[in-house]
Amino acid sequence: MPETAFASERQPVAPVALRRRITNHFMTGVAVLTVILVLVPLFAIFAYLVYRGVGSINWAFLTQTPKPVGEAGGGMANAIVGSGVILALASVLGVPIGVGAGIYLAEFGRNRFGDIIRFTADVLNGVPSIVIGIVAYSMVVLTQKHFSALAGGFALAIMMIPTITRTTEEMLLLVPQALREAAYGLGVPRWRTTISITLRTATSGVITGIMLAFARVAGETAPLLFTAFGNQFWNLRTDQPTAALPLQIFTYAISPYDEWHKQAWAGALVLIILIVTAVAAVRFAVRRGTFGAA
Amino acid sequence: MLLCGLAVLATLGLIVYQLVLRSGLSWHAFGFKFFVGHDWDPVNEQFGAMPFIYGTLVSSLLALLIAVPLAIGVAVFTTEMCPAVLRGPLSFFVELLAAIPSVVYGLWAIFVLVPILSTYVEPFLSRTLGWTGLFVGPPYGISMLAAGIILAIMIIPIISSITREVLMVVPQHQREAALALGATRWEMIRVGVLRNARAGIMGGIILGLGRALGETMAVTMVIGNRPEIAKSLFAPGYTMASVLANEFSEATGNVYLSALIEIGLALFLVTIVVNALARLLVWTVTRGQPARAHA
Repeated sequence: MPETAFASERQPVAPVALRRRITNHFMTGVAVLTVILVLVPLFAIFAYLVYRGVGSINWAFLTQTPKPVGEAGGGMANAIVGSGVILALASVLGVPIGVGAGIYLAEFGRNRFGDIIRFTADVLNGVPSIVIGIVAYSMVVLTQKHFSALAGGFALAIMMIPTITRTTEEMLLLVPQALREAAYGLGVPRWRTTISITLRTATSGVITGIMLAFARVAGETAPLLFTAFGNQFWNLRTDQPTAALPLQIFTYAISPYDEWHKQAWAGALVLIILIVTAVAAVRFAVRRGTFGAA
Repeated sequence: MLLCGLAVLATLGLIVYQLVLRSGLSWHAFGFKFFVGHDWDPVNEQFGAMPFIYGTLVSSLLALLIAVPLAIGVAVFTTEMCPAVLRGPLSFFVELLAAIPSVVYGLWAIFVLVPILSTYVEPFLSRTLGWTGLFVGPPYGISMLAAGIILAIMIIPIISSITREVLMVVPQHQREAALALGATRWEMIRVGVLRNARAGIMGGIILGLGRALGETMAVTMVIGNRPEIAKSLFAPGYTMASVLANEFSEATGNVYLSALIEIGLALFLVTIVVNALARLLVWTVTRGQPARAHA
């Protein structure tokens, strides 16, 4: 009996309910459609990259320097090594400052001044990379009077700092307060606690942040255009123009030569493999490390 | 440690100082006219930045127009609708989009997107929507439209990951309350979730805008690099970031270089304002917690 009463009460609402049900299904369909529309370019990019890249990559590509236009063969060995040099310089400059600032924010920065730095780091994160290139140009290139790997490294370091700062802070804040208190209780001074207890516990997380920042700047082209500048030959000196993988891809991609286009695809594949390996290694390490849940 | 913190402040200070210092020459020569002038003539040292400002704005807005619905759809799907098994891989794939370097997007756009646009999409658009005047002219593919589309693909991960974070901090009882009132799932999402997350989603969108404004390489590779203002989206354009990328290392003469740096300064100021606004919006929603805590 109660069921029928319930049913008769429901009846007048039924046409509206149908419309609402249709809207519900329709919107679910729309959401699924958006997911498909977003994933299609992703797979298209990867599939095409692997297809073109695998077809063009070979031993010579990894071991030789570029050949002049019109000559087949040649490779990007100098650009791969050059990227390595520039990224190493960037890490040497950027990692200590980034980690240091992160430690400051987590351990001593629970105040207004800390908030200012936090906000500055976030804003710095949004500065267009090309603008950072200009700053590196006017500070390093103009003083040295020529393009150099150092200027490129400087630009990339500025880009790494905010990312590292923020992730380091997050990771240190995950370290339980009790650990710090235990150290204080044993009479360990604050700076010592920070270095040997807090930082040590959060190491895997901090490294994750560093790797993410590294992966982010590894593919950067814009800040290198007028700092590292590029080079067709071998160069290991940090005060000379240096080739970089993303720069070389750019130069080859906008050139009119088929041979160079193939090289650009091979370069892009190498670059993506390097970046994805870095990111995947981080995911793997983090899952096994102390902060698996982070 | 304090020193490192100060270094972060100093870096921002240095950026401002260098840009202001080096753009002084151009500022003195052209004053405010620089931003409204249409002529970009390095030979006669006449510089007006209007075509670049126009190109940056139009390509970014076009990108937002395409990216926002898609990104919000993906975020809603991953947080509210999708089976738990799919959630992890799905957000991983979308974040993978963010890991692809700009120059690789550009490479793909030149060899895949642009040909598709010029053979299928642009002829179709000019047949059906040509009367609007937005889709006329020869369909070369290399165009403002191509720049907008590639930018959209690039900013989707940012908007969608921020939106996802914001949706996840909407209290569960809001959802339960809506469902208890007899709402369907979509009504629950609309009334209980999206409405509560408005400010944060807006923050994500503005953050995406900030990224689109400053994006350089992919845009430079497909926009055509011609400093002209055209109504049609099929026409080539030029953005502030791409003129820097193309002309900076070849700039001869101090005024030319200074004019380029002034464009850089303008770009910097705009992105600073846009980003600060976005951060504030996101902060008000997540209450200052580090944004990646839920990732």
